[in-house]
Amino acid sequence: MADASTHAAGEHDERGFFTRWFMSTNHKDIGILYLLTAGLLGLISVAFTVYMRMELMQPGVQFMCDPLVEGARFFSGMGAEDCSSPNGHLWNVMITGHGILMMFFVVIPALFGGFGNYFMPLMIGAPDMAFPRLNNLSYWMFVIGGALALASVVSPGGNGQNGSGIGWVLYAPLSTSEGGYSTDLAIFAVHVSGASSILGAINIITTFLNMRAPGMTLFKVPLFAWSILITGVLILLALPVLAGAITMLLTDRNFGTAFFQAEYGGDPILYQHLLWFFGHPEVYIVIVPAFGIISHVVATFSKKPIFGYLPMVWAMIAIGALGFVVWAHHMYTVGMSTSQQAYFMMATMVIAVPTGVKIFSWIATMWGGSVEFRTPMLWAFGFIFLFTAGGVTGVVLSQAAVDRAYHDTYYVVAHFHYVMSLGAVFGIFAGIYYWFTKMSGREYSERWANVHFWMMFVGANITFFPQHFLGRQGMPRRYIDYPEQFALWNFVSSMGAFISFASFLLFLGVMAHALMYGRRVTEPKYWGEGTDPTLEWTLSNPPPEHTFEILPTRDQWDESLMEGRGHH
Amino acid sequence: MAHAKNHDYHILPPSYWPFAGAVAAFVMLFGAVLWMSPNSPLPQPWVFAIGFAAVLFVMYGWWADVIVESKVGDHTPVVQIGLRYGVILFITSEVMFFFAWFWSFFKHALYPSSVDTVGGVWPPVGVETFDAFHLPLINTLILLLSGSAATWAHHAIVHDNDRKTMAKALLIAVLLGAVFTVFQAYEYSHAAFGFSDSIYGANFFMATGFHGVHVLIGTIFLLVCLVRARAGDFTSERHIGFEAAAWYWHFVDVVWLFLFAAVYIWGG
Repeated sequence: MADASTHAAGEHDERGFFTRWFMSTNHKDIGILYLLTAGLLGLISVAFTVYMRMELMQPGVQFMCDPLVEGARFFSGMGAEDCSSPNGHLWNVMITGHGILMMFFVVIPALFGGFGNYFMPLMIGAPDMAFPRLNNLSYWMFVIGGALALASVVSPGGNGQNGSGIGWVLYAPLSTSEGGYSTDLAIFAVHVSGASSILGAINIITTFLNMRAPGMTLFKVPLFAWSILITGVLILLALPVLAGAITMLLTDRNFGTAFFQAEYGGDPILYQHLLWFFGHPEVYIVIVPAFGIISHVVATFSKKPIFGYLPMVWAMIAIGALGFVVWAHHMYTVGMSTSQQAYFMMATMVIAVPTGVKIFSWIATMWGGSVEFRTPMLWAFGFIFLFTAGGVTGVVLSQAAVDRAYHDTYYVVAHFHYVMSLGAVFGIFAGIYYWFTKMSGREYSERWANVHFWMMFVGANITFFPQHFLGRQGMPRRYIDYPEQFALWNFVSSMGAFISFASFLLFLGVMAHALMYGRRVTEPKYWGEGTDPTLEWTLSNPPPEHTFEILPTRDQWDESLMEGRGHH
Repeated sequence: MAHAKNHDYHILPPSYWPFAGAVAAFVMLFGAVLWMSPNSPLPQPWVFAIGFAAVLFVMYGWWADVIVESKVGDHTPVVQIGLRYGVILFITSEVMFFFAWFWSFFKHALYPSSVDTVGGVWPPVGVETFDAFHLPLINTLILLLSGSAATWAHHAIVHDNDRKTMAKALLIAVLLGAVFTVFQAYEYSHAAFGFSDSIYGANFFMATGFHGVHVLIGTIFLLVCLVRARAGDFTSERHIGFEAAAWYWHFVDVVWLFLFAAVYIWGG
């Protein structure tokens, strides 16, 4: 490749450390910062779950004891007697922290902030984001939001202890009556993270609309860039409503209003409506970027162009639009009228149609292709299989009558972890392994990356599959303890969680090893000639500080002008 | 190493404003929690005030940089299109923010609670509301007139490249905006209900209060444009900053029309 954008490869970077990483106006560096920070917060959030699964490993409460009565027994609890005074508050703080961190500070920042920042401009041939300085504000707002969230966990909260035990949804009246100021910090954490995402969305949408390479009309844009645009629109329209809702929580807590207090004429159900009006689009904010990544991975490792490009775009648009009109399927049991429930039930089921378009198009892409199971393809395969499993339980739960039985049971926990923990997170790992050589210029160990995949695949399935059984047996979610009859599957689930956590540590090892000892990769197309011909593969590894200083020409990205790859 | 830039997009040098702004926001928000929480160990406004001042400082410095960049020609036609998209998208997100207040208002007004303090009616029993066709109507006219003045300023600069008329029209728009705020403050001080004493007051003050904050921001935004127009900025070709202010001001206008129709006339 002799275009000007690769000339700078290997050139000495003259920016100082502080200038490069704290004052950045560079979409690639900011993307890296997003990924690293999301990884760090992800590790904390996953550590919370390990603590929770330790506690749920057997009936009774062995680890989370009241420190005032028994002292801390984090490790000494191993195999010990049950606590004389279980600390339910600590349990609630752990679920709340895990949810808030994962929802707002891990998955969105990794997919939308990390990959969106790094690869969306590259794919459309833009030299940077439309507002490079604003881009950095988005990143630092995300960091201070994360700091406020962690501060919330360790500052005075309810029950005379630290932290808020109110769940990530911050439902009133629990959230309006929780003591201390931990909840106020959590509310501001969500505010700031929302502001960060909204500014990011403004930036992404403007970049997409205004900065595409010459000749790249809307329906020639790569699917990942499309997925990031659609995510941006969802963020722009959904997050402000959440900001309004939690502002009302804040005034209910601190200024004596009663928006959500029934005894003074307010309505706690109103909070649920506002929260889920944001919360359901949020589900697609989390998963749509993963759709984009998977499309490129599947195309690359099937050595074929993606099947049904246009339906794939419209399916994502349809999923995004429908995402705004189904929110109350999270609230079937609050006492809505039957006709309302019928509406939300039907609207929800309609989403299965565009989702099916995506699943079948991925399968059709693989069909007749020469499929190669390199590491990213394993993750993509895992994604398609497990996201479908989670989607199917979603259709089950969409039925208001069936939801009567499953509401707030482990069946729901299993369902949304299949679409998120095994869907969105598998998408993140697919992206990391697909683009790692591009971002770092180093090669990772294929063997150990494979081990990571299989450990995580097995571990996550052992964790969450038995939770379907627990839910069907009637085990409610969000409890620190359970009766004896749920012991078996809880034990199995805990074992799976430990395997998953070990796989996460292995992943950190794979990354560290690759960055320190991995072979330097010089060829722009690491995956060979079958690579889906998006523009990032025309650049050096890692790309130079400024890319596309001469805007790319059409023959660099337009598949219809290229030879080979079994053109449609 | 310097590279030749062969496109019209805006590539920015590193900047300390975003990092400084985020740190300032952290101090401000942590300070706000300390200040407002009934359980605070330090129930005083100082931390908040320091953070807020720092945020204002960052805003000033950042936007001053933007103005300098526009003067040295960084805002090429394609960058100007991008800036316009950015403003429109920002206003879209603001519309969705007000969506939440209207949702709360209509929920409580259409399905009033049956508890004693509300009595199943809207406005709730015992709540004495404002007469919509008194001060609120005058305020509506004032705000619309201010919007018209902003449009006058817009036409003056776009069609006639006439900064003098633009400044005159902007002065009128700013003064009318300030009068609106004063009248709103007067109205608030004579309210027969409070923010925290009824669900009516909570919805009323939340919706009109957030609108009031937007009026204040919009007035300052127009005032900055007035100062810049007097200093010789803006031509018929280059006036993105003013256009953003005008669009924002019209958005504030439209929100008020919905508030006036829904909260004052229908819901009062």
